[in-house]
Amino acid sequence: MPVDAPVLTARKAGLVACTQCAGVWNVGQAKCPRCGAALESRDIHSLSRVWAWWFVGLLCYIPANLFPMLNTTFMMKTSGDTIVGGAVTLISHGAIPVALVILIASVAIPASKFVAVAYLALSVQFRWKTDHLKRMQLYEFVEFIGRWSMIDVFVVAVLSALVQLSVVVSIAPGPAAVTFAMSVVFTMLSARSFDSRLIWDSLDPQPDEDSLT
Amino acid sequence: MATTLTSDKDLEDLIACPSCDALYHAAAPGHGERAVCARCHHVLIAPIEGAVLRIVALALTILILLGTAVFVPFLKIEAQGLSHSTSIVDAALSFSQAHMIGLSIVVLALIVFIPLARAMLLIYVLAPLMFHRLPLTGARMAFRWSEELRPWSMAEIFVLGVGVALVKVADLARVELGAAFWMFAALVIVTVLQDGFLCRWSVWKALDARTGKATSE
Repeated sequence: MPVDAPVLTARKAGLVACTQCAGVWNVGQAKCPRCGAALESRDIHSLSRVWAWWFVGLLCYIPANLFPMLNTTFMMKTSGDTIVGGAVTLISHGAIPVALVILIASVAIPASKFVAVAYLALSVQFRWKTDHLKRMQLYEFVEFIGRWSMIDVFVVAVLSALVQLSVVVSIAPGPAAVTFAMSVVFTMLSARSFDSRLIWDSLDPQPDEDSLT
Repeated sequence: MATTLTSDKDLEDLIACPSCDALYHAAAPGHGERAVCARCHHVLIAPIEGAVLRIVALALTILILLGTAVFVPFLKIEAQGLSHSTSIVDAALSFSQAHMIGLSIVVLALIVFIPLARAMLLIYVLAPLMFHRLPLTGARMAFRWSEELRPWSMAEIFVLGVGVALVKVADLARVELGAAFWMFAALVIVTVLQDGFLCRWSVWKALDARTGKATSE
């Protein structure tokens, strides 16, 4: 079946689908009788929630990169390590694969997630006709990968609990740990607020317009 | 396989793709097959024989592993005659020593409480089905919550984080891996297996078959 061929959707059939249990009900049903989830043919507030979480996430991501994630006290001297700084230290110690894990999880994934979610939201807002399937796959990828950014917070937790050798060396979490964790949570909420059914709506004529734009 | 509908049918047999709203006539796919949305490739139905039993068994394993891992030694560090050991809870609480108590609670929830809650909810929903009994009160809400919590259950990400942390301290000190570390490593495999067996549609269908499908009237 060609991907862009018109498909009978629940909305066109005068029905409303539950995104939780895939059940289908008559329009006007407010709550899914099967699983109790709120029913909405298209979540019209979806995009405002996406953008709200997106901006808060971005606001938290900036200090997360400027302030230290870790404060290492080595022989009475304290030095702070930012996310990128920590990865650079790892590279200088020759642990390049681990540095890559950190750089991918804490820099590449969050940064590309901001771009991807913004692109998806804009593409729906302006009814762009770019490949629907590719956008859908991008969305599923963003949802799948986003949670892995949390890894750096766990690294900080383990390091600061473990490395406590009195005067010799001790590690404590830095202020960026909080803002980074918040940024990950907010971008996850942003991606989860997105109603992916909106991607496919530009295949159908707009309800209040006569022709396709 | 699911096929695209052209005429009106009873709502009972209809499902709509949660990702793109395409409407289908639901039918259980053949042995070992999956029903995939024709236009957005979202997996709609992927039943596995004996899945209920396996999911309950794996959820019980998660309960035991997590419940024990919290109380047994996790990691121990040794350098220059000094040593320090830590538990999973210590790891989460390390933030509260730096006045980040909120983050401690979040981390504890992500790696211990949410995975525990998910395992308990799944057992609550599926164990009666396993014994061919009627679902317990609130089973539907319990299953919906278990699915809502899925992305927030981050035990497997924590394990990778531990791995990275170990590499970071490798040239600083000697680290001893405790039982809790291996339990968490096993937890990753169990969680991945469990999520692979879980087919939402099949669970909803089983709940409907036992209680009669809820109707909009």
